[in-house]
Amino acid sequence: MSTLTGSAGRESRRSILPWLAVPALLFFVGFAVVPLVGVFVLSFTTWDGIGTIHPSGLTSWRAVLTNPGLPHALWVTFLVMAVSWAVQTPASILLGTFLAGRQRYRAVLSLIYFVPLLLSSAAIAVAYRALLDPNFGLGAGLGFEWLSKDWLGRPWLAFGVVVFVVSWQFVPFHSLIYQGGVQQIPQSLYEAAQLDGAGQIRQFFSITLPQLKYTIITSSTLMVIGSLTFFDLIFVLTEGGPGDATRVLALDMYKRGFQADLMGPASAIAVILVLMGLAIALLLRRLGGRDAGESQLEGA
Amino acid sequence: MTTTLTKPHPQKTTPRERGHRPGATARGRNWLGGLAGWLWLAVVVVPLYWILITSLKARSNYYASNPLVPPTDPTLDNYQLVLESDFINYFWNSVVVTAGAVVPAVAVSFMAAYAIVRGWRMRFLRVANGMFLMGLAIPLQATAIPVYLIIIKLQLYDSLLALILPSIAFAIPLSVLILANFIRDVPKELFDSMRVDGATEWGTLWRLAAPLTRPAILTVTIFNALTIWNGFLLPLILTQSPSQRTLPLALWTFQGEYGVNVPALLAAVVLTTLPLIILYAFGRRQLLSGLTAGFSR
Repeated sequence: MSTLTGSAGRESRRSILPWLAVPALLFFVGFAVVPLVGVFVLSFTTWDGIGTIHPSGLTSWRAVLTNPGLPHALWVTFLVMAVSWAVQTPASILLGTFLAGRQRYRAVLSLIYFVPLLLSSAAIAVAYRALLDPNFGLGAGLGFEWLSKDWLGRPWLAFGVVVFVVSWQFVPFHSLIYQGGVQQIPQSLYEAAQLDGAGQIRQFFSITLPQLKYTIITSSTLMVIGSLTFFDLIFVLTEGGPGDATRVLALDMYKRGFQADLMGPASAIAVILVLMGLAIALLLRRLGGRDAGESQLEGA
Repeated sequence: MTTTLTKPHPQKTTPRERGHRPGATARGRNWLGGLAGWLWLAVVVVPLYWILITSLKARSNYYASNPLVPPTDPTLDNYQLVLESDFINYFWNSVVVTAGAVVPAVAVSFMAAYAIVRGWRMRFLRVANGMFLMGLAIPLQATAIPVYLIIIKLQLYDSLLALILPSIAFAIPLSVLILANFIRDVPKELFDSMRVDGATEWGTLWRLAAPLTRPAILTVTIFNALTIWNGFLLPLILTQSPSQRTLPLALWTFQGEYGVNVPALLAAVVLTTLPLIILYAFGRRQLLSGLTAGFSR
């Protein structure tokens, strides 16, 4: 901006830096931090989404905590989180290790793997609904009995479909993360292991897996926190059904808030979501044993 | 999560080591991984292939033919049907929202990331950084209700700007993180010599840091464009009239309207994804390498 030089320049430089962060902060505070506080406040009110907002103490919380829907939604959320983690993590590590090889065809494969990430969750859900249609979908068309089930009409099948489609969408992303992680493992470790006569499987468990520790934590964190936000996919795929078999918390919040016009209880559920996200992040950070601020200081 | 998202480490093997040492490919040579790799290829490709060929089938043909055999007489009728509906309008809305959110989001994130890296000793900037990092751990969907309230109070409900503003905010935490990681890799000497030459901080930001971190900026741009283009929740709760609708939401309504016309529905799926496929075709190297570097370790 100005053309100050010398020590005066250093002074002005020192003063402009904080200002550079202000625009980002304004947006972030305005549409993330304020809403975060707001959702907490709104959980102590009654509001139908259009009319005026009335403070109502613990009414909304009482309504949510005594509603049998909550433990169920928590359970489904946890189950989706745990099962999709357990499916995606081994698959992503395996694929990431595979993709880290230097053959050209693997690079080509990784390009194809990435395509599902380009599709919106809505598009994927719409396509899978058609694909899994018991009467006109892929299974029925091919005449495969085992494929033409009422996939979205039965609780456990629908749950399985949700986990499968989530994995279909996100395993590619996580295998890329693992690919990057594997490529950073020093080659000398493998050479030393080979000299010691360790086979491939032994090398995988004794070198690759331990060296991927931080990558596993990164990927798991993204997976687990991401699973709290599976809304659009489940909303379009099953609408939480059949019954409430796939009604996760985020969906529960939407339905109570925007469909049943109970914004107070919906806000209480949102607060629970926030707390879960924070708790999980802190837990995983502790597992990681490194602090973000410190490691960034090292890098600075 | 933030614990591990630190510096992208440079490749640790030298080029000489890569190809010629006997053990060089050992880490990639495992049959289990190979099996999984090819299996996953089928899992990914079969549904995509099915979507594509079905979208080219005549509606009457869809129920009769083998779903995995390409149509004998491919037709673009389904695409025409979709394009003749309000598709162009939804498409344009998506373009406006995506461009309108990504450009400012990347610009403000870059400025903030630069400030955080260069002014790390300032308390204010560390606090700001801490807030952005916290944003990563919070499912931002949980803020949907207050965002809805704010948008109503700003009298922006049912407008494209209503989608743009929160989208910018939600894009900031990850963008700042990735950009800061890359700016940190710019050698200090370069900043020093800019200062000796009398450049201002503003000039250094745009003439030194921005060009040097161009790959990261591109990565962040593509990544945010992807997220915002595919956004569903914000349009769902912040708009009402079809004229303000974006593509993912339109797809969902198509599902209700075309429910029985599966080929047309899938043509709509292909059309909403096409821009991203094109973007990917040009930016894939950038996106893949940027993401692996940005996320691993």
